[in-house]
Amino acid sequence: MDFYLTALLQGLCLSAIALGVYLSMKIFNIPDITTDGSYTLGGVVTATLLTHHQSLWITIPAVLVIGGIAGAATGLIHTKLKINALLAGILVMTALYSVNLTILGRSNVPLLNTASIFSLLNITSDANQNSLIILLIVVALLIAIIGYLLKTDFGIAMRATGDSEQMIRAMGVNTDRMKITGLALANALTALSGFMMTQFQGFADINMGIGIVITGLGSVIIAETLINWLRITSVMWSLLLVIGGAVVFQLVLAVTLSIGVDANLLKLVTAVFVLLIVSLPRLSFRRQHD
Amino acid sequence: MIEIRDVYKTYNKGQVSEVKALNGITLNIAEKDYLVIVGSNGSGKSTLLNIIAGSVLPTSGSIILDQEDITKLPDHQRSKWLARVFQNPLSGTASGLNIIDNFRLAAIRTQPKGLKIGISDQFVKQVKDKIATLGLGLEDKINQQMGTLSGGQRQALTLLMSVMDNCKVLLLDEPTAALDPRSANIVMQTADRIVKEFNLTAILITHNLKDAYTYGNRLIQMGEGQVMRDLNTADKEILQQNHLFEWFS
Repeated sequence: MDFYLTALLQGLCLSAIALGVYLSMKIFNIPDITTDGSYTLGGVVTATLLTHHQSLWITIPAVLVIGGIAGAATGLIHTKLKINALLAGILVMTALYSVNLTILGRSNVPLLNTASIFSLLNITSDANQNSLIILLIVVALLIAIIGYLLKTDFGIAMRATGDSEQMIRAMGVNTDRMKITGLALANALTALSGFMMTQFQGFADINMGIGIVITGLGSVIIAETLINWLRITSVMWSLLLVIGGAVVFQLVLAVTLSIGVDANLLKLVTAVFVLLIVSLPRLSFRRQHD
Repeated sequence: MIEIRDVYKTYNKGQVSEVKALNGITLNIAEKDYLVIVGSNGSGKSTLLNIIAGSVLPTSGSIILDQEDITKLPDHQRSKWLARVFQNPLSGTASGLNIIDNFRLAAIRTQPKGLKIGISDQFVKQVKDKIATLGLGLEDKINQQMGTLSGGQRQALTLLMSVMDNCKVLLLDEPTAALDPRSANIVMQTADRIVKEFNLTAILITHNLKDAYTYGNRLIQMGEGQVMRDLNTADKEILQQNHLFEWFS
């Protein structure tokens, strides 16, 4: 049982990535793969600050700001230099690898006896259940904040930017600035996932972000399938489903491991799983038209 | 109101595909004028409108609005004065957003988009009343996504949206080109009503000569990036419809 609880906790740690990818991919319609770099960046900054005995209240804003800067860099390259978003993301992600290695100093830093978000509250004696409560609070806060943001005038302008650029420019919105802000926000969230995961697993690793974007994408696609299927239009429900997608994704991986699939094949299983989810709506869609 | 001074626009300069869309056009549009522009394809009508809106910047020349030189202002800053209806019904509204969200954006076109929730019960009621004036029954569907509406409905709503916030100039770029005759009629009549009601300066590009004849108080024919014919109110009144058709034969 603990095995699945850990998967659930991992899913909640990664839910901020899922929200970030939801913002960049679904709201702004920009395929952003800075994610791999900014997730590690979040983890690396967390490990460095915490091992230097900084408090969480300095670490959290630092992680958000630095993740935001990484996203803004991708946004600037994409909008001002008119470079394809995918390429802009790859460039920043590649550059971040060196940045991360420089910040961390070596390839792996363990967190021993440092401050941790998971020891902020001690509600139950069971460490995992305690972590669950704390993660649920964090996720609820994230949903509330992003849900509110998307309903404000600014949020409507954000959603329209990814929808009809011509329209939103005629409505007086600087789409370049909006996209830069959006990518900064998405990557700040991604870095926050790195922050939580580093403390959850107890170390930061330079390679922790490799392929993490697929986790975010998978979660969003699971959510999107359900959103289309259940015809959901409410913003809050969509965000909840995205979080749900992140959890389901981790649970599927846990099941895969528990039925004895070789851990070396995990990335292959991940890719096939995402492929299945992507193709599922199309397959069932075709049947509807018969 | 709007002065276009000696504006040139060349696309792909120096290449085989070089196109001179505007050839030193000079045009003065008075306040509250309803200017109709006709002309064959490639005559520079749309380029002219895009240059006024700011989505295309001129190669040379200047654009003055209310004594202010706006030649270098990007389109999203010109939206303080200008509202647009595009040829493509999909361009004027955001498909993925519902009607009320689209109207909210239009209501703050000239203002910053801040971090407060602007859709209140009062706002919803105001929008419903406006939409009801169209008589299309859309006032009960304000939570429906724009993408589910027809082109005609979307163009009509785009027109209403243009006067949700302060507006001086309304730019209509073949707003009915993609519509069936009945929808086209609704859109043209709504445009006429709005222009009169809000004392707007309006510019309409159209290929429909009947509309060009019926609406507006000034008529221009463009060709090769210049003004070929310019009929003021008095001239337009004595113009007969069949003469207008002869311009194109």
